[in-house]
Amino acid sequence: MISFVIRRLIGALLVLIAVSFITYLIFVKIPGGDPAFRIAGRTATAQNIEDIRQKLKLDAPFYEQYWAMMKSLFSGSLVSYSSQLNVVDQIKAGIPATFSLCIGAAIIWLFFGILVGIISAVTAGRWSDRVITVMALIGISLPVFWLGLMARYLFAQGHPFAFMPDGGYVPFTSNPWGWFTHLLMPWWVLAILFIGFYGRVLRSNILDTINEDYVRTAKAKGLPYKRVMVKHVLRNSLIPIVTLFGLDFAAVIGGSAILTETVFDLKGVGWYAAQAVQDLDLPPIMGVTIYATFFIVLFSVVVDLMYAWLDPRIRPT
Amino acid sequence: MAERLIEVKGLKVQFATEDGIVRAVDGVDFELSRGQVLGIVGESGSGKSVTAMTLLGLTRDRNTRFEGEVLYKGRNVLGMNEGELQEVRGNEMSMIFQDPMTSLNPVYSVGAQICEAIQIHERADKSTARRRAVDLLKQVGIPNADSRVDNYPHEFSGGMRQRAMIAMALACNPDVLIADEPTTALDVTIQAQIIELIDRLKDEFNSAVILITHDLGVVAEIADEIIVMYAGRVVERAQTRDLFYDPQMPYTWGLLGSIPRLDRPKQERLHSIKGTPPSLIRSPTGCKFRPRCPHAFDKCMEEPPLENRVETPGHLDRCWLSVAEKRQLRERTLSGEEAA
Amino acid sequence: MGSFGMNQSNGGDPLLDVRNVKTYFPIRKGLLQREVAQVHAVDDVTLSVQEGETLGLVGESGCGKSTLGRTIVRLLEPTEGNVIFEGRDISKLGTRALRPLRRQMQMVFQDPYASLNPRKRVGSIIGTPLKIHGVDKSEQRQRVQELLETVGLSPEHYNRFPHEFSGGQRQRIGVARALALHPKLIVADEPVSALDVSIQSQMLNLLDDLQKELSLTYIFIAHDLGVVRHVSNRIAVMYLGKLVELSPAEELYQRPIMPYTEALLSAVPIPDPDLSHERERIVLQGDVPSPINPPSGCRFHPRCRYMTDICREVEPPLTSYGNGHLAACHHPLNVDKETLARATVSERYTPAEADEGAKPKTPAKGEAHPIPESG
Repeated sequence: MISFVIRRLIGALLVLIAVSFITYLIFVKIPGGDPAFRIAGRTATAQNIEDIRQKLKLDAPFYEQYWAMMKSLFSGSLVSYSSQLNVVDQIKAGIPATFSLCIGAAIIWLFFGILVGIISAVTAGRWSDRVITVMALIGISLPVFWLGLMARYLFAQGHPFAFMPDGGYVPFTSNPWGWFTHLLMPWWVLAILFIGFYGRVLRSNILDTINEDYVRTAKAKGLPYKRVMVKHVLRNSLIPIVTLFGLDFAAVIGGSAILTETVFDLKGVGWYAAQAVQDLDLPPIMGVTIYATFFIVLFSVVVDLMYAWLDPRIRPT
Repeated sequence: MAERLIEVKGLKVQFATEDGIVRAVDGVDFELSRGQVLGIVGESGSGKSVTAMTLLGLTRDRNTRFEGEVLYKGRNVLGMNEGELQEVRGNEMSMIFQDPMTSLNPVYSVGAQICEAIQIHERADKSTARRRAVDLLKQVGIPNADSRVDNYPHEFSGGMRQRAMIAMALACNPDVLIADEPTTALDVTIQAQIIELIDRLKDEFNSAVILITHDLGVVAEIADEIIVMYAGRVVERAQTRDLFYDPQMPYTWGLLGSIPRLDRPKQERLHSIKGTPPSLIRSPTGCKFRPRCPHAFDKCMEEPPLENRVETPGHLDRCWLSVAEKRQLRERTLSGEEAA
Repeated sequence: MGSFGMNQSNGGDPLLDVRNVKTYFPIRKGLLQREVAQVHAVDDVTLSVQEGETLGLVGESGCGKSTLGRTIVRLLEPTEGNVIFEGRDISKLGTRALRPLRRQMQMVFQDPYASLNPRKRVGSIIGTPLKIHGVDKSEQRQRVQELLETVGLSPEHYNRFPHEFSGGQRQRIGVARALALHPKLIVADEPVSALDVSIQSQMLNLLDDLQKELSLTYIFIAHDLGVVRHVSNRIAVMYLGKLVELSPAEELYQRPIMPYTEALLSAVPIPDPDLSHERERIVLQGDVPSPINPPSGCRFHPRCRYMTDICREVEPPLTSYGNGHLAACHHPLNVDKETLARATVSERYTPAEADEGAKPKTPAKGEAHPIPESG
């Protein structure tokens, strides 16, 4: 088991290196990516640009530049090209908002996703299942930016059914109630897509599992319906959901809640990444990439461990 | 006279599907007494498994219709509510299935799955249930049962899993054990072990057994009475020796002739029943076996009733041929000479 | 005889020669995934197959019979030893060099439900090997329809999907696919084990007819000696990766030499209530041991009722008892004194480690053992 974890962690490190290197390479190669041009601004002379090049050591071979950037990133001294602000500090500043958004949304989507999946599987073929199926498909198809804006338009202060504060982030430590009310809309907006998706996946898992021979065995043993459903059907159907959840959660924590954060003006890591991409600002992009990769790699290791715990067949011996 | 445990009267089971009504079981009658082994034999789709599952109420569904009666100690299983059924399942009647690889839940230990039934039916506490599970595993011949009780199904071989299934089925000392093709997925050597085990445990637990199989060779040794099913109907029913030594139904001859015989000189060609079992949605008119029967004649357009036609009482069949004709015709099929 | 094809074991080069083949699977563990042990799936097997004959390959699950079958058609590469097909060593050929050989050797699998792609039509399942080997489109269709007829299906089944067929019909589709490229050798891995007896006999008769019509050579893998007897000219019995007995089919049933064969024979159910009560059934205890750490000496000794000390210590060599009957046992059954005196450890079949001391001795208990009831 321990060697399995160590092997996974070594693999994770290699992934981290590869991802950061590829990101760097893509950035350097895209047109308009030359940082000297961007820093110097529109009215720059050739001399200005040359000076900046010298300063940032942009003439060095690119693997040296990569190495220098990684060193400064991990020592915490990397600064943005455009704003000159420290990248690590900026990411740190975004973390409370991102974590608040993602953890809250994840709880909602996991709970309701499972609920929706169970209800529609148990009532498969009846009207409740059909209604849920249509709702889930709508949920999956709604773009987050549209849904977010509609939510704000309808429910936020100054609007028809106003009972919510509109956008922004209130730190939990300064005002827990404000933190909660400000996040309620973003949580749901982020969760809705996942609820629909998880509900569909779980529904089909449950319907497959119900036809398994071991479920028939459990019934033949005389177990009550509820126990058969929970201990034999649901327990086995949830195993794939764990994988899905681990990776989805890692992705949103890692900054892929960009749209939700932007729509609700939550200054989290995703928002920061969006700014950096707009400015083609390499240091923050590298920083956020490493940060996101870290979470994805971490959670994929966690998922593997969870999987082994849930399914004895794949436990390494 | 031993205690009568099961009485099935005019059982019909129909499934509504998109293609039409599937008459999976179409008029089945039999009785089972304590200590008896009843063999139900037929091809896939003959309704033998559906009959067995119906005894435990496992075929209940919105799209299923039942007719007739399944009496367990005089109580009609078909009329029971879910709670009453759960009391019967695993406790008074239990079942083992064909594929031991998929019939155990892979995420729970074998012991936990045996304990489950004991805890539910006997309200036993965990440690008592576990002790019983270990004893049961010992009884079905699992070596080192004390430690193997905590193994997961994938750590067991196929034969051991089927033993564990039997242990689970016997956990609450049921009156009736229904074994649905218990050896089909196993090696011959393990098949022999499992059949011997069922035979021995039947006496130890003083229960009755229904053994379902497509292979008459499997039931020859342990069954007392045999029912042959075809297209949802019983086509022949007799005491085991009568069925093997005086089979009346051409379908039974075909089943017997299809088995490569180790006890006889090698045949040039195996007898085989031509064609495939009929559709249960639009089954043939008259005798259901007519389209595949080499001896069919005009009268077979009308379905023969299941009745006693030979000297031996209780030996029933569904064939219009006279007893003398049958005895003459069947020899060639049984010896495998006639390849139909 | 009713066996498939003729017995041509005297004379001519064999179609297939399997020489000291070993197929091991590594077990890896730990941080560096070092190989810590090996599964000895096939452990030094030597046999040959004549053109036109059917060799039955019998044993319990885990005895290596399927692995040997797959090694022969080179779905697996042997760890050691040679597979010689039509005089050519194919044991080390690469994918590209194997391609023309794939036409000659085909396999039929056990599970008719799992071995056909559920999303493809029958025409395309059977036609794929033709397409791969460059048969043009119109010819493909015609050939597939011919093949469907050959295996007893209708040409109209061309556009159907596998789920529309019963188990027996699917197995026919599997056979048609195997036949598509006019192979010489067909390795059938438990082709009838998943079928009802009534359908089983149809399948066996079909294989028999096809062999006669198309002069095929079969290796027929099964765990049921009843079925194998019906189809085979010769039978090889395997136990834990080793070949333990090789004999002409009828002879094996008349006088099995290896106690394991005796037990396998006695496990086959007999559809005759009186006979099955009368006969003495040898029920083998327990399962096949692990092929990772096979037992010492004779691998069958922990389950053998004739076991003595020598069986624990010395591995018995394959010994020829005349008439093409070979067996590896210290206490051979059904062998009279004269035959025993003539018995020779066949040079060709001697395992490397066998020495003089390993030569068979007279059985410990009495001269000869009774022929089992089933004989």
